[in-house]
Amino acid sequence: MEKSINLTLKVWRQAGPKVKGEFETYKVDNVSTDSSFLEMLDVLNESLIKQRKEPIVFDHDCREGICGMCSLYINGHPHGPDGEITTCQLHMRNFHDGQTITVEPWRSAAFPIIKDLMVDRGAYDKIIQAGGYVSVNTGGVPDGNAIAIGKNIADEAMDAASCIGCGACAAACKNGSAMLFVAAKVSQLALLPQGKVEAAHRAKVMVAKMDELGFGNCTNTGACEAECPKNVSISHIARLNREFLSAKFKD
Amino acid sequence: MAKKEQSTAVDATKIDARIPEGPLAEKWSNYKAHQKLVNPSNKRRLDIIVVGTGLAGASAAASMAEMGFNVLNFCIQDSPRRAHSIAAQGGINAAKNYQNDGDSVYRLFYDTIKGGDYRAREANVYRLAEVSNSIIDQCVAQGVPFAREYGGLLDNRSFGGAQVSRTFYAKGQTGQQLLLGAYSALSRQIGKGAVKLYSRYEMLDVVVIDGRARGIIARNLVSGKIERFFAHAVVVGTGGYGNTFFLSTNAMASNGSAAIQMYKKGAYFANPAYAQIHPTCIPVHGEYQSKLTLMSESLRNDGRIWVPKKKEDAEAIRAGKKKATDLSEDERDYYLERRYPAFGNLVPRDVASRAAKERCDAGYGVGNTGLAVYLDFSAAIERLGENVVRARYGNLFQMYEKIVDDNPYNTPMMIYPAIHYTMGGIWVDYELQTSVKGLFCIGEANFSDHGANRLGASALMQGLADGYFVLPYTIQNYLADQIQTPRMSTELPEFEQAEKDIHAKIEKIMKIQGDKSVDSIHRELGLIMWDFVGMGRNKAGLETALEKIKAVRHEFWTKVYVPGVSADMNVELEKALRLADFIEIGELMARDALMREESCGGHFREEYQTPEGEALRNDEEFSFASCWKFTGEGKEPELLKEALDYEFIHRQQRNYKS
Repeated sequence: MEKSINLTLKVWRQAGPKVKGEFETYKVDNVSTDSSFLEMLDVLNESLIKQRKEPIVFDHDCREGICGMCSLYINGHPHGPDGEITTCQLHMRNFHDGQTITVEPWRSAAFPIIKDLMVDRGAYDKIIQAGGYVSVNTGGVPDGNAIAIGKNIADEAMDAASCIGCGACAAACKNGSAMLFVAAKVSQLALLPQGKVEAAHRAKVMVAKMDELGFGNCTNTGACEAECPKNVSISHIARLNREFLSAKFKD
Repeated sequence: MAKKEQSTAVDATKIDARIPEGPLAEKWSNYKAHQKLVNPSNKRRLDIIVVGTGLAGASAAASMAEMGFNVLNFCIQDSPRRAHSIAAQGGINAAKNYQNDGDSVYRLFYDTIKGGDYRAREANVYRLAEVSNSIIDQCVAQGVPFAREYGGLLDNRSFGGAQVSRTFYAKGQTGQQLLLGAYSALSRQIGKGAVKLYSRYEMLDVVVIDGRARGIIARNLVSGKIERFFAHAVVVGTGGYGNTFFLSTNAMASNGSAAIQMYKKGAYFANPAYAQIHPTCIPVHGEYQSKLTLMSESLRNDGRIWVPKKKEDAEAIRAGKKKATDLSEDERDYYLERRYPAFGNLVPRDVASRAAKERCDAGYGVGNTGLAVYLDFSAAIERLGENVVRARYGNLFQMYEKIVDDNPYNTPMMIYPAIHYTMGGIWVDYELQTSVKGLFCIGEANFSDHGANRLGASALMQGLADGYFVLPYTIQNYLADQIQTPRMSTELPEFEQAEKDIHAKIEKIMKIQGDKSVDSIHRELGLIMWDFVGMGRNKAGLETALEKIKAVRHEFWTKVYVPGVSADMNVELEKALRLADFIEIGELMARDALMREESCGGHFREEYQTPEGEALRNDEEFSFASCWKFTGEGKEPELLKEALDYEFIHRQQRNYKS
């Protein structure tokens, strides 16, 4: 049932990448429990604009949990306290009247802050650009049914492919590792015959790029899996390691 | 038969779509056999700007870079992978006939033309059907994990408007997987240096030199800096303009500004009134609401749609005194089953949407706003068991529960129609070139292929067809004549002037310093659009809309408040620039809807309906694509008409009752 709650928000404000940031406290009253977390921030921004103040900058776009644009560390959890969803799908009924909510950007060496809660996740794109693809040009490919792929394999590849590239895994990791992100792509393509040909090479170049960009190492704490809004399994990291080792043996 | 069907009322058209000669099935082959090509060493010397990284933009940028062109690719998000194509759920059509159920290129062509209520161009649609199969092959080769059967072959599902199973899918995330496929191909070219990516950049104008598109002006959204970019050709794939309505299923940053920029530089805006309203979305629930969420059309296979039969019950439900489950079977009005016995709950999108609006307008709506109807699964659960329903729709039920906090296994879902897709857009010829030379438009941003109504699973098909298999060919026919054109300096007066105009516009907005936020004005525009240019339109309402939009425009240019400075990241400024263009689009939509005195597809004029309340087309007078030509600020645009000659298909009235 819809009701209204009053909240105290401690929001990270930072004017630019090289400027010192700090928490600013805002009182937000009469928040509908049916509104989403980002809609609550919209309302706060509207009131800041009314007071002639600069609104809080945060990334968001599709607002249905698939584009991976929204982020936010909410009370110590990437995408907030509710499970299996992104921040845009988090609703205010998960909070109680009088609660204080701390809102921070992703904190990771490889994701520098741009402004307030907005970070630069370009590093993830660079990892894909290093080899997160099947080397195939448009045209001249075989018929879609030329290679049969078992349903279980296709389903498992799909589970890995459901990664939305939001960065929660690296943000949740105490080492700032991007292993779950890299593993999801390596695993998806290694499972399928189309991607198998380049699998070992792909693992090698993607991991090398990840290291180069300042992501940390994986120590199997499992925080990434626990916080992943799409439930990408840590078992894909095992497959990444296999492919990586096989590449090393080939060297 | 072609000449017989051609309407006499259509003016001698000034518009030439440059459709190749020959029989329908041979046009595209003939075109490709005779078009001009660019040799590899010349490709290296030619630059192409692609704006947008959705299905159309990413596939086009990747394909053209693979061929050897230099590509500059722009997106407003932080990564190309976030374009709104990613949110498409259901699937992608192709004429593979893997199911051996009688599908063919012709049948996909025919279904698409008919689904568009005979307002699309035959030659384009046939080509679309023709290349559809290559799309599936391409995506499989990229590693897109399409659903498979136990034997390992590709699975298909059925979708509206077809009697065959031709829809390929990847769970409920087909758009995501196809976009990530195109994104991977694009990333490969970025890695190789063949594509230069500009993310968090927004196009603000197209630069035209001697009648040809030669570049764009774009704003770096992080620094606020305005920058100039030259190219031999410009390709725009920036999606649709559904956010004119403020609330829609589009992403927050989806906008129509690139379309307005092209329009003001001489590209025609075609069929702006054709917008698709999807019947099954989660209803508006509060004033703070920022967007609407789609629930897949597939739910209507097992869900039954109803409202209370008695107004008192509807009122009691709205007041929270009664619940849906309190009403007995004979107190419920299953209005779709009542009105359309043959198709029942599975009538097409436009029909289902209008019927819901009719009931709610009459006072039978539910939910606290009265703008919702029930989608009830109790009969399906009784018939099939909860487990079967869970297996079919579990993820959708979970999404609904997260948003609404209601368990749809126990109590009916509430749904209401919402703006979802725009069939109208920038006019393009057969080569996807706009009326400005060297300026191309692809994907949802252009007007082609879907006529007045788009079928489910056809948007993904069109975006990828344009980007992988059509534009990379047709653009060469233009660029072949440009190989002698050297790269131009962005210091040329045309670039200078374009940037100056943008600075002036931005400063004008920044100086207003009024007391209205951008969103508050956008909401006003959205309400006008929804009330008067939405599901049911009529002459008086559209005239009212034009008046009210004028007032909104005035309000925007005198009362908007944008905080901060323009030479820095400024999200409110970004929104303000987009809203200024949405206002222009809203006016074009209303103007087009007022001009089109017939009902067709998603465009329903209440004056023009059959006695049973169905859309009544007027092929005699309105068998044309309306192309609006910009004539100057504050002046009425000029209407040009591209006659739609149906050479191969015989037009009929659609019927869903029997």
